[in-house]
Amino acid sequence: MTMYPRKFDYVAVGSVAEAVEALRATEGAKVMAGGMSLLPLMKMRLLSPTTVVDIGRVPGLDSIEDRGDHLAIGALVRHADTAANELVRTHAPALATAASLTGDVQVRNRGTTCGSLAHADLAADQTAAVLALGATLVAQGPSGTREIPADEFFVDTLTSALEPDEVLVEVRIPKGGTGSAYDKLGRRGGRSDYAVAGAAAWVERSNGTVTAARVALTGVGTKPTRARGVEEAIVGTDGSASAIEAAARRAVEGVTVLEDLYGSEEYKAHLAEVYVARALAAALG
Amino acid sequence: MSTTSVLGGIVRRREDPALVRGKGRYVDDVKFPGELAVAFVRSPFAHARITSIDTSAAAAMDGVHAVYTIDDVRHLGPVPAQVPIGTLRPLLADGTVHHVGEAVAMVVADDRYVAQDAAELVVVDYDPLPAVVDLEEALRDEVQAHEGKSNVLLTWHGQDWWPGVTDELVDPKPQIEEAKAREDTVVVSLRMTNQRLLPTMIEPRVTVANWNGGYGAFEIWSATQIPHALAGAIGKIFGLPSNKVRVVAPEVGGGFGAKLNIYPEDILCAFASQQLERPVRFVETRREAAVATIQGRGWVGTATLVGTRDGKILGYELEAICDMGAYSHNFTVAIPALGLFVAPGQYDIPTHYELHCVVTNLPTTDAYRGAGRPEAAYYLERIIDHYARTIGMDPAEVRKRNFWPPDAFPVTTSVGLTMDSGDYARNLDALLEWADYEGMKRRRDEARAEGRLVGVGLGTYVEVCGFGPSALAGLGFSWSEYGMPSAFNGSGVVRVNPDGTCTVIIGTGPSGQGHETTWSQIVAEELGIELDAIEVLHGDTAESPFGVGTFGSRSLAVDGTAAFEAASRVRAKAAKIAAHLLEAAPEDIRFADGGAHVAGSPDKAVTWGEIATSAYQPHTLPEGMEGGLEATAVFSPPNATWPFGAHLAMVEVDPDTGNVEILEYWAMDDCGNVVNPMIVAGQIHGGIAQGIGQAMFEHAVYDEDGNLLSAALMDYPMPTAGDLPSFKLNRTTTPTDVNPLGVKGIGEAGTIGSAQTIVNAVVDALAPLGIEHVDMPLRPRAVWEAIQKARG
Ligand SMILES: Cc1cc2nc3c(=O)[nH]c(=O)nc-3n(C[C@H](O)[C@H](O)[C@H](O)COP(=O)(O)OP(=O)(O)OC[C@H]3O[C@@H](n4cnc5c(N)ncnc54)[C@H](O)[C@@H]3O)c2cc1C
Repeated sequence: MTMYPRKFDYVAVGSVAEAVEALRATEGAKVMAGGMSLLPLMKMRLLSPTTVVDIGRVPGLDSIEDRGDHLAIGALVRHADTAANELVRTHAPALATAASLTGDVQVRNRGTTCGSLAHADLAADQTAAVLALGATLVAQGPSGTREIPADEFFVDTLTSALEPDEVLVEVRIPKGGTGSAYDKLGRRGGRSDYAVAGAAAWVERSNGTVTAARVALTGVGTKPTRARGVEEAIVGTDGSASAIEAAARRAVEGVTVLEDLYGSEEYKAHLAEVYVARALAAALG
Repeated sequence: MSTTSVLGGIVRRREDPALVRGKGRYVDDVKFPGELAVAFVRSPFAHARITSIDTSAAAAMDGVHAVYTIDDVRHLGPVPAQVPIGTLRPLLADGTVHHVGEAVAMVVADDRYVAQDAAELVVVDYDPLPAVVDLEEALRDEVQAHEGKSNVLLTWHGQDWWPGVTDELVDPKPQIEEAKAREDTVVVSLRMTNQRLLPTMIEPRVTVANWNGGYGAFEIWSATQIPHALAGAIGKIFGLPSNKVRVVAPEVGGGFGAKLNIYPEDILCAFASQQLERPVRFVETRREAAVATIQGRGWVGTATLVGTRDGKILGYELEAICDMGAYSHNFTVAIPALGLFVAPGQYDIPTHYELHCVVTNLPTTDAYRGAGRPEAAYYLERIIDHYARTIGMDPAEVRKRNFWPPDAFPVTTSVGLTMDSGDYARNLDALLEWADYEGMKRRRDEARAEGRLVGVGLGTYVEVCGFGPSALAGLGFSWSEYGMPSAFNGSGVVRVNPDGTCTVIIGTGPSGQGHETTWSQIVAEELGIELDAIEVLHGDTAESPFGVGTFGSRSLAVDGTAAFEAASRVRAKAAKIAAHLLEAAPEDIRFADGGAHVAGSPDKAVTWGEIATSAYQPHTLPEGMEGGLEATAVFSPPNATWPFGAHLAMVEVDPDTGNVEILEYWAMDDCGNVVNPMIVAGQIHGGIAQGIGQAMFEHAVYDEDGNLLSAALMDYPMPTAGDLPSFKLNRTTTPTDVNPLGVKGIGEAGTIGSAQTIVNAVVDALAPLGIEHVDMPLRPRAVWEAIQKARG
């Protein structure tokens, strides 16, 4: 019942390299970006890092860049920036919407898009969006940088593919496709708060036919996941309401649906279908 | 009347500039040199015998000053209660824990961090016992929440709720039974839950106790609604005269009844401070607040209503089990009785209540905004709606057919209490016309025709608040355990200072209600002193007259009236002084614009400064007049006040997800005369939000072992402004004559009127599917499951 963390050391680093060095040198060190998820865990003593490595003052991580075929969102870009950014809204509306529906105003002004991804909460919003958008996450560790496809990034509840001594420096969102969208039912009803269930969809359509699609779910299983059955079913169709409905029925194929305070398995599986359909319809709309 | 009338006007809250800039002073803003902090070891079991407690490792830690268990404090006795029915809470668990979160040991250390680290080193061995969590099971009494004691503390039986008060009442039970047996009547019945809630005030509990051995006195700062009671209780427990205990409640960040209790932590801080001769501070964490502070509601019951097919209600019954939790705190078993007080609502109907107060292995329940009255309004208004639907009559029409008519007042209701005033049909009609009820229903029907699930819901309520009569305090509510006289008085001091400014001192204090503004308005109006020249002091037992506390929507009707009466006395004296100075007759003196003048001759005037200066130079006063310019008034209300109102909501349900959206919310409340419409609106806004919180969001969820699954706000969704529509508020005005201002309480009204309004609207939306009821909270999941069930 505590809300006071155990003792920890704190370093404010000036560069990613310094952060990586601090992580490497100290067992049990943790990166802090916006602190919106890390600090509550520490206060409840569910997590007690030996050292908090604050990357908040590292220059150059807070921009969203247009790199031709993709957008790059730096580690310190806040949810509010992601949500309001014209590039994101144009090329990755699913992510802009997901960021705009993350938490409340304070959380959106402090928390970071990359922090939300690194945190890998099973009911987070932007995780589903980056899966559907086919993003690539760039991690920097002691031996340099590596690219991790979004599909390989979310390993389990609160577990990402990052090594303990790696910093997520940016997330890259490929441009292209006809449209993308994200929608959810929030725990406070409507779209407020973490997702009871949510879905992101990205589609490409040419000559009236859906030629490619990526659909991802959040809130229903142990981690954000692709709904591959839906993708398979929607590709090749005309993207009509009935095609969407039929495809959405496969929403939880291969997904272990988890019950929680906000929904039974049956309800969550049903919501997955509803939100997959809504996200697909919006992406195709 | 003064020329610049401030009474009834919108005056911006004077307290807000400090509060919104972070300059307000809350308990945790006030630091004492040499302070120590405490942390508690709390039980992880709902019911278990403690087989051993090992505090040695914690006590040996650097920075730890003491670790206490019950053996150190047993001599101080349990936490006192006003209604001492049931097991009182020991200061620390005594051999057996009775709910998760019960304090087992207390660590006192240099700071909160060390205290918490040390608390983790205290080793407690438990031998778990079966826990009583379910209310039906508690009532069956096969497994006991306290070994060897019945779970059933008492049953509030209809009319015999308090000895002596209801001697002349007719027992309505035979009447109701007879009506049920008739062939031309309809009997409807619904089983409904009114779930447990966490009060969740924004400032959790905070207490710092400072014992001064030199003076033999305590100074205690506490975020409490009842500073005088806390001072009295501490004095009683520690054997000190009342003037050796000073309690200060500075700004208090919300209470909602949760700070209307004395808690073990308060007493333990005082104990530790006395032992260690250091100031000792307790700051509750949010998660502690979810298990160690009182909780609200927790009823499950069946409401039954019998009436004719043309809308005449012939009887109403409620049989419910009410969850008291593990220990009795301040009012605990009396809270359901407050529901009983308003059981028949606005209606002239024979009413019979049977409320079983049962003990469970869950945290204690006690007063939470509305306290019994929201429960009562909920059951009544839900079953009336159900009856209306059953007989196919408009729910507004059914209500109107059963209201007390305005010319019947004062009325004695079928539960034996007398309501002085009420004009229910006028209030409801005003609402229906203003909100265009007929148009609303038309829009609902159009939406329905398109296959949408849109509903309109109505709810009315009567609140009883601002208690009196003072004698009520003697009938079971006894403040004596708190070392206080048993009464429901209000008291205030009004003092005009030599420079013509005014100081108002009230024995109670606000927890967000805007008392400073309201009291200033009342006094400014009476004296014609500018608002800005009035300063309000509150919540400090050393400087204020004796005050009962801030609860039960009583402050304006009782303490505000005392302030008014004190101001009237000051005014009468000032008139004599002004008359003397101006060589006029006292009855010709008028007060306005910061001074007094002779009627008809505005240039024959003196300022308040001149009047006061004279008052403090007694040789300048009329022959025989005592010096000084202040008065203390004690107001003893002859009755409670009975505010009422009607609320109306329109909602839409998303059939695919069960999500409820509130499209419109209208409220027509009647709190009599209004001192400040903006503050009244603010109270109603917050109250409605809290009622909607219960209707749609909040739920203290326990598993079968008594673990709270929703202890963090992450799992205890609360409404925020962004989740709610803009409420449309309006008022009718039916003044009361139980106080000279004609004012009635408004602090709880919004909460009492709203939950059933929302549920009625949602059930109306779902009615085409054949759904008759859905239990709160109407989270999407619950609504969707009801839809699934209805669709088979
Ligand atoms: C009241 C509240 C409501 C919320 N509601 C929602 C919601 O509706 N939807 C939602 O999705 N989220 C919600 N959140 C979580 C919020 O989105 C957090 O901001 C986010 O999860 C973490 O971002 P952060 O920058 O604050 O990360 P931090 O809290 O600083 O870090 C979180 C974790 O990620 C790691 N981390 C952070 N950045 C990096 C990096 N660059 N490299 C490596 N590791 C890193 C940290 O070590 C830590 O383990 C809510 C949070 C709060 C407090």
